[in-house]
Amino acid sequence: MNSSSPQPVVVARDLTRRFGPFVAVDKVSFEVPPGEIFGFLGSNGAGKTTTIRMLCGLLAPTSGSASVLGLDVASQAQEIKRRIGYMSQRFSLYNDLTVEENLRFWGGAYGLFGSAMADRTEWAIATAGLHERRRTLVRSLPGGFRQRLALVAALLHEPPVVFLDEPTGGVDPEARRRFWDLIDDLASSGKTVFVTTHYMDEAERCHRVALMHAGRLLALDSVPDLKRVFPLGTIVEVACSRPAQAMAKLERIPGVSEVALFGNGLHVVISRPELAATLERSLAAAGCEDATVRAITPSLEDVFIRVIAGAEGEAA
Amino acid sequence: MLRRTLAIAVKELLQLRRDPRTTLALFGMPIVMLLIYGYALSFDVQHIRLAVVDQDGTRAAREVAQAFLESGYFDLVSRGRDPRVLDPLFDSGRAQAALVIPERYGDDMAARRPTTLQFVLDGSDSQTATTILGYARQIIASISPVIRTSTRNAAVVPVSLVWYNPDLSSARFLVPGLLAFILMVTSVIATALAVVREKERGTMESLRATPLVALELLIGKTLPYLLLASGAATGALVIARFLFDVHVRGSLLWLAFVTLLFLAVSLGWGILVSTVAETQQVAFQLGLLTSMLPTFILSGFIFPISSMPPALQVITHIVPARYFLVALRAIILKGAGPEVWWNQAMGLLIYGTIVMAIATARTVRSL
Repeated sequence: MNSSSPQPVVVARDLTRRFGPFVAVDKVSFEVPPGEIFGFLGSNGAGKTTTIRMLCGLLAPTSGSASVLGLDVASQAQEIKRRIGYMSQRFSLYNDLTVEENLRFWGGAYGLFGSAMADRTEWAIATAGLHERRRTLVRSLPGGFRQRLALVAALLHEPPVVFLDEPTGGVDPEARRRFWDLIDDLASSGKTVFVTTHYMDEAERCHRVALMHAGRLLALDSVPDLKRVFPLGTIVEVACSRPAQAMAKLERIPGVSEVALFGNGLHVVISRPELAATLERSLAAAGCEDATVRAITPSLEDVFIRVIAGAEGEAA
Repeated sequence: MLRRTLAIAVKELLQLRRDPRTTLALFGMPIVMLLIYGYALSFDVQHIRLAVVDQDGTRAAREVAQAFLESGYFDLVSRGRDPRVLDPLFDSGRAQAALVIPERYGDDMAARRPTTLQFVLDGSDSQTATTILGYARQIIASISPVIRTSTRNAAVVPVSLVWYNPDLSSARFLVPGLLAFILMVTSVIATALAVVREKERGTMESLRATPLVALELLIGKTLPYLLLASGAATGALVIARFLFDVHVRGSLLWLAFVTLLFLAVSLGWGILVSTVAETQQVAFQLGLLTSMLPTFILSGFIFPISSMPPALQVITHIVPARYFLVALRAIILKGAGPEVWWNQAMGLLIYGTIVMAIATARTVRSL
């Protein structure tokens, strides 16, 4: 996205929401240009859903402002609702209605009727790949299909921007991949996609990712740029049968700045690359004879952990 | 916009069709309730266990006893001369009433002298006792004129005439109340559940993100239940006619009008309950509590409002069924036109407007 692109679709300026003394979203600012897949990455309770609800006009900001398609979220919520698509975190379809009935209902809720309704329903069924299941009750639909149906239901009225709140929760990886193929198609057709997730692999598919933690926006950049937060260090992966023991040893080696459990192994940030060669010997001496060390490129999760650790270090 | 309202209503109907249990409950419950209450809730006192103590033994005495038995209210449990049998009979409950004909009765009658009969009652159930006493007075009054006529005395004969419900049947009195009761309970609970269900399943959040406004949502939600409740009301009236012989004397159109007014109030109440309750269970209990009890106790359904303490009479004004019942009884039993019950209809209208306004305001806040 270049800076001369037209008006941003979503703008947030010091957007803040408090629930009593609890600050759910703390002075968050960002812009989303048209056609972008904008990812909101953060753990549960980071403030992702609260942000998305404010942007969709479902929750008034406590302070700060935000606009969607040039409309103010606080004063023009009704106008915004007409023009956006929203897929909530909780399953938004009726289990006791069929695929077709659900689509007709949601289309009707957005004021579609007649041939427009028929056209969009057909489009939705085709896009979600639900031809053979159009008369199936949503209750008996496999998870992946439900998720795709919920997405196309949010797109019936052809909104230029769609907000997806953790859209792939609880579906298998293959279904998630198909879902993201749909999102890619949407973005290439010019629609803006604002999506929250806590899956790193999904965040990697976004054009830009905002890292959110404890209500604050800690970093916002494209994935490759985010990964450059490790300019001074090298990251190595240590695989061994006793990770806890290895972790204790590694933390005492000078030049090792961070050790984090990662799956079955460890990710270790070292300040000097040449240190990597000596790690295996040090670990063997500490009783981890089977430890292997190899240099890796940092994943988004490394970035995430690093950014959060940095922010919490700052706060402490 | 009409289209969005319609979308909600159609969806609601489709869901009802998929959920035969709820539909059956909505239709079946009123009818079962009507049958149960219609048969069980009877204030008519019949088969009164009567003991006759005839110390006279004349033809005149036998005629008096015969009049009691032929009235249809009394069953003979004992007949004899000795009044001492009455104690054990009353103590064991085998007799509820006793007619004692004194020795001089036949002679007094023959001599055209004033005379007395003794009627003994078990007063432990005062309501039943009062009713029985009423029957006894009627019977005695009805045989006195015969006697007077035979003596060619020009006497003033009291003729009682009961209007609107000539045979004073409880069913006729209860059916309009039952109709109100059934409509209130089912419509409050049905709408409350229908709205809270969306909250519980999480679909409410998605509805909020659509351009639907509160009023569209509320009307769309209540419309199908209005339809269903009207159907149930019609069913209840048909049953009342064929099983309990309650005929609608007034105009069916006015009946429908008043019923719709009342339904609007009940449905609004259901929505109000749904804005308070977060789960279907709470909605069900809250709906039942706020609709069933007041309608049962404070609407005049069973206990006449005029015989309540003044403070309680004031409270009855917040029970919507109170207004409906007066109008309903006027239309069904008396065949009265709007000139008689227009103030009740106004009461419902004002009540409905207030309830709907609060319900809408509360829904807007939560939207």
